[in-house]
Amino acid sequence: MLSIGQHNGKLTGLVTRFGRPLARPENGNGSVVAGSRPAAAIDGEPVHSSKTLAQFLSMVFARPAAELVDLGPVIGSNVAFLGERVGCKIHVEDLYRDIERHAREGTLDQFGEFLGTRFPARARSADAVLCWDVFDYLAPPAAAVLADKVKRMLRPHGLMLAFFGARASDDAHYTRFCIEDESHLRARHYPSACTRRWVLQNRDINFLFAGLEIFDSLLLKSGVREILFRKPL
Amino acid sequence: MNEELASIGKSIVINGELSGSEDLTIEGRVDGKIELRDHVLTVGPNGRIKAQVSAKAVVILGQVTGNLIATEKVDIKENGSVEGDIVAPRVAIADGSHFRGSIDMQKKDQPSSVERPHFKEKPESKASVPAASVTNDYARV
Repeated sequence: MLSIGQHNGKLTGLVTRFGRPLARPENGNGSVVAGSRPAAAIDGEPVHSSKTLAQFLSMVFARPAAELVDLGPVIGSNVAFLGERVGCKIHVEDLYRDIERHAREGTLDQFGEFLGTRFPARARSADAVLCWDVFDYLAPPAAAVLADKVKRMLRPHGLMLAFFGARASDDAHYTRFCIEDESHLRARHYPSACTRRWVLQNRDINFLFAGLEIFDSLLLKSGVREILFRKPL
Repeated sequence: MNEELASIGKSIVINGELSGSEDLTIEGRVDGKIELRDHVLTVGPNGRIKAQVSAKAVVILGQVTGNLIATEKVDIKENGSVEGDIVAPRVAIADGSHFRGSIDMQKKDQPSSVERPHFKEKPESKASVPAASVTNDYARV
């Protein structure tokens, strides 16, 4: 079994937020071929190992014809991995695009109301939700609306994977989390108009996701918390 | 031999049902329904489609609003845009493209005995998760 932190026999050492970049180019067009065994980061695209991702994928894989909601931007290699290898139906919602639009229009304070109109027909329809780090970009009122939406969206024993940053940042970027394999993610940054980052403490997370079980929770050296939630029966 | 390719030019607007038995490239605008059962539909960079599409393969460089069903592949190229649901055994989405909707790559006729990949990590029961454990890279909390 691959152990956390080991990557092709080397300790990756999570010295930056998402891991120390290693030097190895990927294939020509910048995409990752699903099913390959990529090993390292390229410049500015650190790879980090994720135990919760492995658990999440394994549990989604165990559910036949699972439906997965991805709140992040569409990533071709993730679609290939999740569709072809994990075998689930994928719903791409890209909340970051909505956040960006509101940031550019100066209406982020209304984002909670906007979220209230999102996912209109999704109650109890999802086996799994990939939130990535979207909650780091949401003010408390919007975070509460989204958490409630996700809780409603999940079927019993449905899963939610989310990352929570340890500190606020003025870096103007979002992150595409590209699935390299079942336990590694490549972090690819892209520019944003939204620099405001919100840090949720453990008590905030417990309060926001009351009603969901914390199936596993890991605190990375970088301070990022990876939390795998599960909706009880 | 040069085979002539069917195409719908930039200035053409079609409202209604479009079907055929040859590959087709659309650079104009089509609203309605498109059916090319065993052939390839290419939506060019200037193409604007609001339609339900059914084809062997669909290549998108322009804009599509509507559901796509392909028996082989849907390929959304850079700057291509799709808002709708896709059903196809293979889907390629390039960086720089836009997609919103769902993707179903399940093969409806796939036998249940088809070998599926084996994931290294198996779910751990809650009881097996220690209250707190620390490795070099993470702490379970």
